[in-house]
Amino acid sequence: MLSRFLPHPLLSLTLVATWLLLVNSLKLNSIVFAVILGLVIPMLTRAYWPDMPRLRSPLRAIEYAFVVLYDIVKANIDVALIVVFKPVRDIRPAWICVPLDVRSPEAITALASTITLTPGTVSCDLSADGRAILVHALHAPDPDAIRDDIKTRYERRLKEIFE
Amino acid sequence: MPIADLPLWAEIAVTVFLVLGGLFGLVGSYGLLKLPDPMTRLHAPTKATTVGVGGALIASMIYIFASEGRVSMHELLITLFLVITSPITALFIAKVHIHLREKPETLPEPRDASGWASFTADGPAKGVRDMHPVEPGAPDKTA
Amino acid sequence: MITYALIFCIGSFALGLLLNLWRVVKGPRISDRILALDTMTVNAIALLILLGFSLASPIFFEVAMLFALVGFVSTVSYCRFLLRGDIIE
Repeated sequence: MLSRFLPHPLLSLTLVATWLLLVNSLKLNSIVFAVILGLVIPMLTRAYWPDMPRLRSPLRAIEYAFVVLYDIVKANIDVALIVVFKPVRDIRPAWICVPLDVRSPEAITALASTITLTPGTVSCDLSADGRAILVHALHAPDPDAIRDDIKTRYERRLKEIFE
Repeated sequence: MPIADLPLWAEIAVTVFLVLGGLFGLVGSYGLLKLPDPMTRLHAPTKATTVGVGGALIASMIYIFASEGRVSMHELLITLFLVITSPITALFIAKVHIHLREKPETLPEPRDASGWASFTADGPAKGVRDMHPVEPGAPDKTA
Repeated sequence: MITYALIFCIGSFALGLLLNLWRVVKGPRISDRILALDTMTVNAIALLILLGFSLASPIFFEVAMLFALVGFVSTVSYCRFLLRGDIIE
């Protein structure tokens, strides 16, 4: 019964929150309309969402969000310092191959986005079998350290959240 | 400019976030100009500018809260949207660069030698390669 | 104090737009130009927000939101065109 009217509870919640942010008010009529949208849109688009991503532990996801937020701020200061003060010839860019332990597409997407958003690294490509990510680092005197950092800091947490 | 009088804490907070946002935005655009090759250029704007816009948005939220006493969450939506979309844009631009400039030999091997997706898929459209004939893997330094 | 910070912030984003424009003109690769155009939309969003701030008008947030949407879609479709030679296959 619940799965019939609420095939994707998380999607419904996101839609409600997005609508409320868009109209920027918490009056009763906007809440009612937000709930209607949150119910109708997942039902209409059900065919395009064949299976539901499972969040094993939502609390860990919130912790992860704060870790990433902290890293984004730190990363920006690092990158800004490199960009402004390091002479061009001292910058050592490098390609890094990060082997993956996570398997679910959601976890890989989250990991790739995190890599792009944080310290001087951009995720550029996925290997054809989805078992490695190609990362480009802006300044990597020690590429292995960056790879280990990504694996211990982000991938371990994502594995706990998604798998 | 109709700037309302605010309590001191709000004034300081808004000023700090505005200045930080402006600085980071400028550094991002400066990095785009300064850095030597296309892949390193990708780093400067995708990061610095997101925080630049974020700083401006937080300043605006604090200002509205302090001057009108209501919480405006509208701004969060733009920040959220930029945070979600900037990795996708960066990935696409990196893929364009890999397609047009790199060869499998210039990149590290993935662990089981299955190849990177950019090279094993259909590859870039032939017409585009004809439009921009470049020597793949050629040095790309343009100071 | 806020007035001066606002002027500084608007000035630095405007200068950033000019620097991006320089990169668009200079190139040299097509991926640089796309990146510079994408950064220009982000800087334009920041300018719109600051304009809404200084004119105390909520309309500018809608404009900034639309700009964010259109900028993202245009960058992605330009890249897709370069990757696949077609946008909607």
